[in-house]
Amino acid sequence: MDPQKFTLAGPLVYAIAAVGPGIGIGLIFAAYVSGVARQPEANNILRPIAFLGFALVEILALIGLVFAFL
Amino acid sequence: MSSTIVAMAHTADPGFVPPGIGDFNYPPIFPGTAVEWVTKPLLASVLAAVLVFVFFTVGARKRALVPGRFQFAVESTYTFIRNGVARDVIGHGFEKYVPFLVTVFAFIAVNNLFGIIPLIQFPTLARFGFPLMLAICSWLVYLGIGIRRAGFFGYFKSVMFPPGLPVFIYPLLAPIELLQVLVVRPFSLALRLTANMFAGHILLLLFTLGGTYMLTNENLVLKVLAPFSLAGAIGLTSFEAFIEVLQAYIFTLLTALYIAEAMSEEH
Repeated sequence: MDPQKFTLAGPLVYAIAAVGPGIGIGLIFAAYVSGVARQPEANNILRPIAFLGFALVEILALIGLVFAFL
Repeated sequence: MSSTIVAMAHTADPGFVPPGIGDFNYPPIFPGTAVEWVTKPLLASVLAAVLVFVFFTVGARKRALVPGRFQFAVESTYTFIRNGVARDVIGHGFEKYVPFLVTVFAFIAVNNLFGIIPLIQFPTLARFGFPLMLAICSWLVYLGIGIRRAGFFGYFKSVMFPPGLPVFIYPLLAPIELLQVLVVRPFSLALRLTANMFAGHILLLLFTLGGTYMLTNENLVLKVLAPFSLAGAIGLTSFEAFIEVLQAYIFTLLTALYIAEAMSEEH
């Protein structure tokens, strides 16, 4: 891509790609928060699981970001 | 004639140029010499390696029973990865992999934090080559563990044909699982790190460059709004600090998970 030229196509690609992971990450952390709220001592068990799910969902948005710049 | 057009193009205000991929390409520090490949990100990554080495060597030298401040910082970094990642994820027999995981975490965290440290202000891992090599390191480690446990064919058989599934699933599942272990995992590890650092750096550049542009513009409305953009840049800097450490944690967590999966008998 020409670095000097700014088009709307790239940002739109990322905007569409961010919808699904946005919902997904929201669901993951909602479940994590309510889990910790119910059982605070389970925090250490839940944290790696929550961040693992976060990482696996986030990669979809990041692939969209990469395609937006290609 | 053509030179005047070029001069006019340079003097005319081109408007705001948003930051892009070009901001990640640094010129060589010693142009025209044999070491032309030396650039700022390369030096920064070498500095990160030295810093990590000094941090852990000096911190582990005294081994006082009642740790001082510095020793406490070193030990809590080590304990965080040892207990929070290695022990909880890998489980039995995790001790062997603690040094690798701690090194990976510290190296990535320092490299990422370079993104907000003044004078360096470039997250080294935003260049795809650096995280790709790190991902290949953990790729080699988990493949090596799996192959050593079950043998070459045994390992790939356990990856491609996990027991307890109906037979007609295997033609679908086997290629997906093989691709997952061989290609998708290292690339997603590297891509996650690169894209995060890239996006964070672009965001900071956008707010600071945009704020500077608005401040130097003649338009009074833009001048008044410029401090908000610059304040946003300051706020985002601390957000970036959080993201940078979080990404180092996630890389380590996923590496530990892949090691644990390669170590376990069942898939």
